[in-house]
Amino acid sequence: MQSSNDEAHWSRTRSLMFTHLGIWFFFGYIIHMFVKPLNSIIIPVLGFPLGFYMAAQGSLIAFVVMLFIFARQQDRIDREHGVAEDD
Amino acid sequence: MATQSEANAAFYKNLGRMYGAYTGTFLGFVVLLAILEQVGVPNKILGYLFVFFTLAVYALIGVMTRTAQVSEYYVAGRRVPALYNGMATGADWMSAASFVGMAGTLFLLGYDGLAWVLGWTGGYVLVSILVGPYLRKFGAYTVPDFMAFRFGGNFTRFLAVIVLVCCSFTYVTAQVFGTGIIASRFLGMDFTVAVYVGLAGILLCSMMGGMRAVTWTQIAQYIVLIVAYLTPIIILSTQKYGLPLPQFTYGQAIADITAREQEMLRTGLATAAGLKPHIEPFINYSPLNYFGIIFCMMCGTASLPHILMRYFTTPSVREARQSVAWSLFFIFLLYFSAPAYAAFSKLEVYTNIIGRDVTALRPWLFTWGELGLIQICGKNAVNLDAAIAACKAIAGHPGVVRLQDFVINTDVIVLSTPEIAGLPYVISGLVAAGGLAAALSTADGLLLAIANALSHDIYYKMLDPNAPTFRRLLVARILLLVVAVAAAYTASHRPADILAMVGWAFSLAMAGNFPALVLGIWWKRATTLGAICGIIAGFGLCVFYLVVTRYFPGHGVTYFGMTSLLNPVTGAPIVDVAKAMAAPNAFDTWVALTGPNAHPLANRVGWFNLNNINCGLLGMPLGFLVIYVVSLVTPAPSKEMQAYIDEIRKPRGDTILQEKS
Repeated sequence: MQSSNDEAHWSRTRSLMFTHLGIWFFFGYIIHMFVKPLNSIIIPVLGFPLGFYMAAQGSLIAFVVMLFIFARQQDRIDREHGVAEDD
Repeated sequence: MATQSEANAAFYKNLGRMYGAYTGTFLGFVVLLAILEQVGVPNKILGYLFVFFTLAVYALIGVMTRTAQVSEYYVAGRRVPALYNGMATGADWMSAASFVGMAGTLFLLGYDGLAWVLGWTGGYVLVSILVGPYLRKFGAYTVPDFMAFRFGGNFTRFLAVIVLVCCSFTYVTAQVFGTGIIASRFLGMDFTVAVYVGLAGILLCSMMGGMRAVTWTQIAQYIVLIVAYLTPIIILSTQKYGLPLPQFTYGQAIADITAREQEMLRTGLATAAGLKPHIEPFINYSPLNYFGIIFCMMCGTASLPHILMRYFTTPSVREARQSVAWSLFFIFLLYFSAPAYAAFSKLEVYTNIIGRDVTALRPWLFTWGELGLIQICGKNAVNLDAAIAACKAIAGHPGVVRLQDFVINTDVIVLSTPEIAGLPYVISGLVAAGGLAAALSTADGLLLAIANALSHDIYYKMLDPNAPTFRRLLVARILLLVVAVAAAYTASHRPADILAMVGWAFSLAMAGNFPALVLGIWWKRATTLGAICGIIAGFGLCVFYLVVTRYFPGHGVTYFGMTSLLNPVTGAPIVDVAKAMAAPNAFDTWVALTGPNAHPLANRVGWFNLNNINCGLLGMPLGFLVIYVVSLVTPAPSKEMQAYIDEIRKPRGDTILQEKS
């Protein structure tokens, strides 16, 4: 039924999922729990308080970047295990 | 057939050039209108030209991309490239609430409003990692399709359709309402007429071509809405800070706001109780409700059928993943600009309205005051005399506008920015066209999701599995029309809860769909009975909490142990429950939220100080738990089913579901 190659593919897929969920949780929640101390840091030149900036822009940029990286990483895993679609 | 596929290949190759030309034409059209304005064409004509030109273009695309093929109608033939699908998803996603309301919410709530910005972007991470690509590989036409296949049949399908209709219908009603508001405000139409005009626009896009037509019009609508959103603040930022990058220059505006807040407190223009500092966290929402909103909006994003079905249209699983990334990029362009709108408007209000002598108010205020959207000293600021008279009537009023004298409807923030910056009317018209594009595109996606579920899942899969193609598509179109008219009819009655319902839709989708979708893909052991019980329990608890706290608050307090929500700053109850329960109307049902018969407890009671918009926070964990426990005590799914799940997890190979042609 399920070959060892399939199992290896799925276990790598799963650990990639957990890695990205961890990063997602950090930028979605953890960092905003520290908004008050972070607000005492002012970003030079731009003038944003850091805590406000992370919720208004920083985390959003992180989400966009991680999705492009995720698409590449998952594709690499698929290719290495021969389960990717033909180009 | 050969010539048709060649024509198709040429069509996809030329997409970039086509939409490039379209964008150029649109910009040219804006310039043309600007010239017309300079030579003295009245504003009203310009407004009509804007709305009818853009509507005509969407309708033209809709008619050009009509189709008589089932797979084209339901999933656009699964040939939409990642980048374009991303743009279409962006338009599908960003509704009238995002376009018009988001900046206003941020203006009002400051830091706490960012919960919505975070929640409505971070959800795409869950879509890509947990759900979307796997559903693409499965090959469904609708989300209930997947539920039915994975969890043994039509009862699960029926439950999934109920969840889908509950969360999508309220949402689409809000969009139709939004088109009515925008059209009536800019074209001076009667609101009810405007609702039906908006409806006609929506139907022109989607009737003939289903998903295929909606995809190509949504891309056109995205271009209009993003140009319209960014143009005014780019100009404003250049005027104020000499740099056309509002997203970076508003940091200075925030520093100025904070300084001005201190000054207003010192000079008595604001009271410490009335002023909510812009960057201060957790003064409008408690931390639990703040993070609850983020979590519910994120999981809701990954469960909303009209978003998930956009990823059924890509050519491959790989492109589905890339497409989610592009979607978020295009959404990000608007969302990271919204706080700039809020900051610039707030600075303008704090420096040029608050502290100004009432007799010297700037005239742009009064256009909105006439519509009842700006109040000064407790009265609509219809004109200068009315404002002066209203302030005189307040005992001991100092004659300058104080913070507590000024009330602004949040919709005005985006719509009034062109006037604040002193820009010509053509920019206001552009903003109106953008708002309309945002509302229409979301309404199209939602209507299609509902009509497809009814025609594909209920009619074709449950009632008449032998229906020929022609009849299936006919039924799909008739249902689309019926749902659209029902939505417009509901919207024309201006239901009071309409805007809150958009937030509820996310919690409902999350409680009903998220556990079953995620466990269906990631846990082979999840069984049919487990899923059925989990959906009923999770969705049921969420609906129960919403309905009781909103419509039966007296019963909630007496029979279900609910207590008053708490003030996030002081921690005191926001309403005196004992007093309200002693009143004769304590046990009224279906109570009103505002107006003379308003119930003091509606939306103000609950468990654990949890706002009812966050009801998914109760429903979703229960859903997961029930699926887990019930699955473990029922026999494991069949070997065939487990093999199918293995197939879903591998991008290579055919989709599981195949359309019989």
